[in-house]
Amino acid sequence: MSRFAISVRGVAKDFPVGDDKIRVLHDINVDVNAGELTYLVGESGSGKTTLISIIAGILYPTEGRVQVFDTEIYDLSDNELVMFRLANIGFIFQQYNLIPTLTAAENAAIPLIADGMKRDEAVERGRVLLEKLNIANQADKFPRQLSGGQQQRVAIARALVHEPRLIVCDEPTAALDAKSGRRVMDLLREVALSEDRAVIIVTHDNRIFDLADRILAMEDGRITHDGRDKAILMQEDAQ
Amino acid sequence: MNWVAIRMLTGDRVKFIGLVFGVAFSTLLITQQLTIFVNLLMRGGVAVQEVSTANVWVMDPATRTADVIYPMPITALDRVRSVSGVAFASPLLRSNASIRTPEGDLEGVTVIGVDDSSLVGIPRRMFEGDPARLMDPDAVFIDDVGSRKLFAPGQTVIGSQLELNDQRAIIKGIVDSTPTFTAQVTLYTRYSNALNFVPGTRNRLSFVLVRSDANVSPETLAGRITEQTGLKARTTQQFTRDGIDFIIENTGIPINFGITVVLGVIVGVAIVGLTFSLFIRDNIKQFGALKAIGVTNRKIMVMVAAQSGLVALIGYGLGLTMAAGFIGGGAAGSDDFKGFYMPYQIPLITAALVLAIIALTGFIAIRSVLKTDPASVFR
Repeated sequence: MSRFAISVRGVAKDFPVGDDKIRVLHDINVDVNAGELTYLVGESGSGKTTLISIIAGILYPTEGRVQVFDTEIYDLSDNELVMFRLANIGFIFQQYNLIPTLTAAENAAIPLIADGMKRDEAVERGRVLLEKLNIANQADKFPRQLSGGQQQRVAIARALVHEPRLIVCDEPTAALDAKSGRRVMDLLREVALSEDRAVIIVTHDNRIFDLADRILAMEDGRITHDGRDKAILMQEDAQ
Repeated sequence: MNWVAIRMLTGDRVKFIGLVFGVAFSTLLITQQLTIFVNLLMRGGVAVQEVSTANVWVMDPATRTADVIYPMPITALDRVRSVSGVAFASPLLRSNASIRTPEGDLEGVTVIGVDDSSLVGIPRRMFEGDPARLMDPDAVFIDDVGSRKLFAPGQTVIGSQLELNDQRAIIKGIVDSTPTFTAQVTLYTRYSNALNFVPGTRNRLSFVLVRSDANVSPETLAGRITEQTGLKARTTQQFTRDGIDFIIENTGIPINFGITVVLGVIVGVAIVGLTFSLFIRDNIKQFGALKAIGVTNRKIMVMVAAQSGLVALIGYGLGLTMAAGFIGGGAAGSDDFKGFYMPYQIPLITAALVLAIIALTGFIAIRSVLKTDPASVFR
C-alpha cells in the first residue's frame, strides 16, 4: 500500500479552443500525504481548478495517471468512478451548491441518501454532524435562512457525512469574512483531518495560508512551489 | 433520490404550480374538446339508436342519414314485410315542418310519425304522460328539450295546442329524447297524423323499421331485403355509423376540433417545456453538484422522470376532474349538452398525449442535465 493519499504522475490536460488545443496542465507530478491539510494556490488561470477536478475524479486528464488511496481512478469505468467518488471523496464548493428546498439536515444527508441509506437514518446522521459543527439549532432551516458561514458548515457536513477519505474544497472561505474563514478552516482541520484522511483546498485567500500543512503553488499549468515553507509564499504574496 | 427530486420540484412553488397548471390546462382542453367532438358526432346517430325495437332500417337508396331522406311510396312497407326473416316491419315518417307557438312565433320542428298501432319509434322513457295517449285525436308528444324551448318555466305544456300546417296538434306527453345533430324541437305523433302535419308530397314514407326473426342476423336480413326489394337496408349499427360519417365528411367539425386538440398539445408543450426548462436551469448547479458527489446519470434521469411523473399525475388528475365537471355539469344543466358523456377512450387518449408532452419536455430538460459537466461546479 502506498503511503500517499494522492499520487499524480505525468498529468497533462488539453482543452479544445476552436480547431486547436490549448495545454493548461503540463506534466504534473505530485504526492499528497494523508493527515495533511494541503493548499493548492495560484492566480486565476494557473490550472489549479483543472488539477483539483482531475484529482477529484470529475475531469479526465489528457495524459498521466492519478491514484487516490491506491486506486488508479481513471482505470475505472465511468460508473465505477462515480461510485468511487461517492464512497471516497467529499466535496465543498465555493458557492456551497446546497439544494434550496431541503433543510440543512437534509442537505447534509444527501451523499448517504445517494448511497441508498434510508432517508430518516441519513437525515439523523446529517443532524449529528451539524451538531458537531455547532449548528444543530439550524438543522431544520432552509439555506436561505442561514448566513454564509452557516451554509458553509452545512456544505462541510455534506462533504463529511459519509466519512470519505479525501475532502476536496474549492475556495471554502471566499465568500466569508476573515474571522468566519479562519473558523471554517479550524473546523475543517478539527473534523476532517485524521491519519487516514487528506484534505486538499484550492484557495486564493492569503488570510488562511498560515493554517496549511503544505502549500502547492501553481503558475501557467505547472507546480512552481511545493513545500511546507509557507513563510516564503506568504511573503511573496504580501509583496 | 426520488424524494430529493420531488422536494426540489415542490419546494419551488411558483414553477411547480406553473407546471401543474400547464398539464392541467392541456388535459382540460384536450379532454373537453375531444368529448364534445365525439358527442356531436354521436348525435349524427342518435335518431337511429333511440329506436331500440328495430334492428334494420330500410330506406330509399338515395337516403343517406336519418336527417337526409328521400321518401318512398307506402307500398315499400308491404314489399319489406314480404321478405322472409322479418319479424315485424313498421313505417316511420321523419320530416321538417314549421309550427306556430301559442305566442304566435314560428319554430322549425322535426315531425316523427310512428306506426299507428305498435307506436314503434317513440323513445322508451317519458317524463310526462302515457304512451297510450298518442292514440288520442291530434295527439303529439314533444321532446323535453323542445318543451323548454317553446314554453317558459311554469307554463303548462301538457294540453297545449300547436298549429302545424294549418292542423291542430295537442301535446299529450313529454318524452326523454336526446337532441339530434340538427337539434330542432321534435314532435312524435302517429303516422296517420303525421301525414296531415307535414306538407303533402306523393311519397311520404321515410323508413321501414324492421325487426329480424330470432334465427336471422340483422346483417343477413338487411342483405336479403336489399336483394329482394332493391331498397337500401342497414342494420342499426351501420346506419348509426352512416350518420356519424355524414357529419365527418360534410362538416368542418373534425378539422376545427382537431385544431383545438393540437393547440392543447402545443400549449402544454410550450408551458410545461418552458417552465421545466427554467426549473432545470435554476437547479443546474445543484444537479452538477449531485453528479460530482457521486449520483449516477441513471439516478439523475430517474429523478427528472419522477419530477415529470408527479407533474403529469397531478396535472392530468386536475385537468380530467375539471373536464369531467364541465361535461357532467353541462349535461345536467344545459340542453345543449344533454346526453353528453365521456367515453373511457378519451381519458386514455388524453393520458397518452399528456405522456407525450411530458416525455418530450422531460427529454429536452434532461439533456441539459446530462450534458452538465460535474467539473463545472468548480468553475
